Amino acid sequence: MWQVYLKELKELLRDKKTLIFVILLPILIFPVIFAVMGLVMSSTTSKAMQVEHRYAIVNAAQAPEFAEALFYHKNFTRVDTELTDVESLAEAIRQNEFDVALVIPDDFQQRQAAVEQSEWQLIYNQSSQLDFMYRYFSELMNKYTEDLQINNLTLLGVDPDRLHAILNPVDVKRVDTADTRENIGEKIGALIAYVLIPLCLMGASYPAIDMGAGEKERGTLETLLICPVSRSAIVLGKFLIVLSTGLATTLITVVSFGIWAAVIGSFAGMDVVANVVSSISVLDLSLIFLMLLPTSAIFASLLLAISIYAKTFKEAQNYMSPLSIVVFVPLVASILPGVELTKTTAMIPLTNVALAIKELIKGTVDYGLLLMIFASTVVLAGLFIAFCVHWFQQEKVLFR
Amino acid sequence: MIEIKNLAKSFAIGKGSKLSESEKKDVRYSKRAFHSVRDVSFHCEQGEVLGLLGPNGAGKTTTLRMLSTALKPDAGSVFINGVDVLKHPLKARQQIGFLSSDTGLYGKLTAEENIAYFGHLHGMKSAVLKQRIDELFTLLNMHDFANRRADNMSTGMKQKTAIARAVVHSPKVVILDEPTTGLDIMTTQTVLDFIHSLKALKTPVIFSTHHLDEVATLCDRVVVIDQGVSTFSGSIDDFKACSEQGDLRQAFLSVINQAQLAETQGAA
Repeated sequence: MWQVYLKELKELLRDKKTLIFVILLPILIFPVIFAVMGLVMSSTTSKAMQVEHRYAIVNAAQAPEFAEALFYHKNFTRVDTELTDVESLAEAIRQNEFDVALVIPDDFQQRQAAVEQSEWQLIYNQSSQLDFMYRYFSELMNKYTEDLQINNLTLLGVDPDRLHAILNPVDVKRVDTADTRENIGEKIGALIAYVLIPLCLMGASYPAIDMGAGEKERGTLETLLICPVSRSAIVLGKFLIVLSTGLATTLITVVSFGIWAAVIGSFAGMDVVANVVSSISVLDLSLIFLMLLPTSAIFASLLLAISIYAKTFKEAQNYMSPLSIVVFVPLVASILPGVELTKTTAMIPLTNVALAIKELIKGTVDYGLLLMIFASTVVLAGLFIAFCVHWFQQEKVLFR
Repeated sequence: MIEIKNLAKSFAIGKGSKLSESEKKDVRYSKRAFHSVRDVSFHCEQGEVLGLLGPNGAGKTTTLRMLSTALKPDAGSVFINGVDVLKHPLKARQQIGFLSSDTGLYGKLTAEENIAYFGHLHGMKSAVLKQRIDELFTLLNMHDFANRRADNMSTGMKQKTAIARAVVHSPKVVILDEPTTGLDIMTTQTVLDFIHSLKALKTPVIFSTHHLDEVATLCDRVVVIDQGVSTFSGSIDDFKACSEQGDLRQAFLSVINQAQLAETQGAA
């Protein structure tokens, strides 16, 4: 078995493609992807924050203070218009004459004097994901209404010192019981599992294809089968090398993530990230690795079984693409909001492992559940390996 | 000495697959299975070269695969030097060297590593293996490319490496499945020289081929397989006697024709 293992290892190490997939990709490509994503996100956000919104205002004379505040805001530029009704204003926005229209009712001051509520209309395209315009507008509006309230109440003879308590009788202060680690762990923990588990699969798939379908395509399988070594030993040697590659990819990714997180943390003064990363102990990391071990074993045996069945590289690749989609389903389930690690979710393969990794990063794991997940995944992995060994004995699989 | 008796092997047919018209006429197809090999018997003595002849799809490769333990027969027996191949496949495999024309090498490994891998799998100790590889390199004139990766070798170099790999464990019998099909003249000659050298060493060789000139120059014994049945098994002289002029081609055709005649009469 170890003869097969060592030989496959030697071949893999000499293969540039494996080196790219297993080592270079996790080290370089992923940080690059994340950096590019971060850059694009932050630049579009800051761009959106700096955009000047062209606005039209109807009956500005009814609220001159507000009209003035809007006029002097750096993100708003006034456009004059003759239009007054909502329909034609909306049409003008669609024609890109301006971005937003504010309609103040013509009886606004009258209603104010009578202490009656008025309805203003703000017309704009609300489909944008980054709606900074409304945020700026609301800030101005809050200031304006507060001024109005103070004005009205003073007119009604309320003591100016108590105005604040009357306007906001209760001020709720939220005290967070989650420490920083739990808080950030909740946000990034699921994401880390979501990246790690597919990586295990990806790292293992290329060598798996080579080891089954590759042997058939090269015409080396038959010679291997008639060596005085049991078929179980051959398939287990191959299984172990696929498992090793999957784990190596994962390990390299984790380490590269760690290093990059530290680098990014030290750059932008993001101490929080650095603190969270350093608060995850070696024990937690080893437990994460331990959870990934049987998971990778499941992937390795599945991939190898597929590869042994396929006649060519291409056929193997065709069978493997649906597998990666199947793997993503339970992973997506694990990052849905509200999905927590419970006795029920601990029974769903892959989802349970993803949730356990999240809990480990949060530092709030229930070790009983963890043991249960580990045990069930090991049993499942054992079944898959047994299937793979059995599969490798079948003449109809080997000589198709 | 190799003895094969009443070997048979069938392959299940998928439920959905439909048989073509020509397949329906083939006596080997039943509803559930394709009886690739139905009844093959022959024997080969020490130092003899046995040529396995037959039309395409006759069952030659399946027979050789059963002989080399890659496939398990449904019925019959195979003995190599008294070892029951079916009962002790691992023990039998130590005595068998196998090579076919489409046998490949591991491209990322050098000639030496390719051979050493199989030597190790055959349980050879490193010191013995090193000596044996050196011996084979000298014999096949391979020292020049011993450390070249298989991906960068010419066809001839690859074939020499494949030959060395097949006999690294000094097998008691060598099985060759169409070893010269698709090879150029020079490479073919390498294979034929190799068979000659085995014959000189008194190692029995069983090989399937379509080239009657190879049979004429190399073989002591001929077996003809047609539709999964060994229709002729005997010495090369007996085989030549099947044709009036002693011509191998005529002999082959008459054996095949007689067998098919017998089959149709039997069916009728």
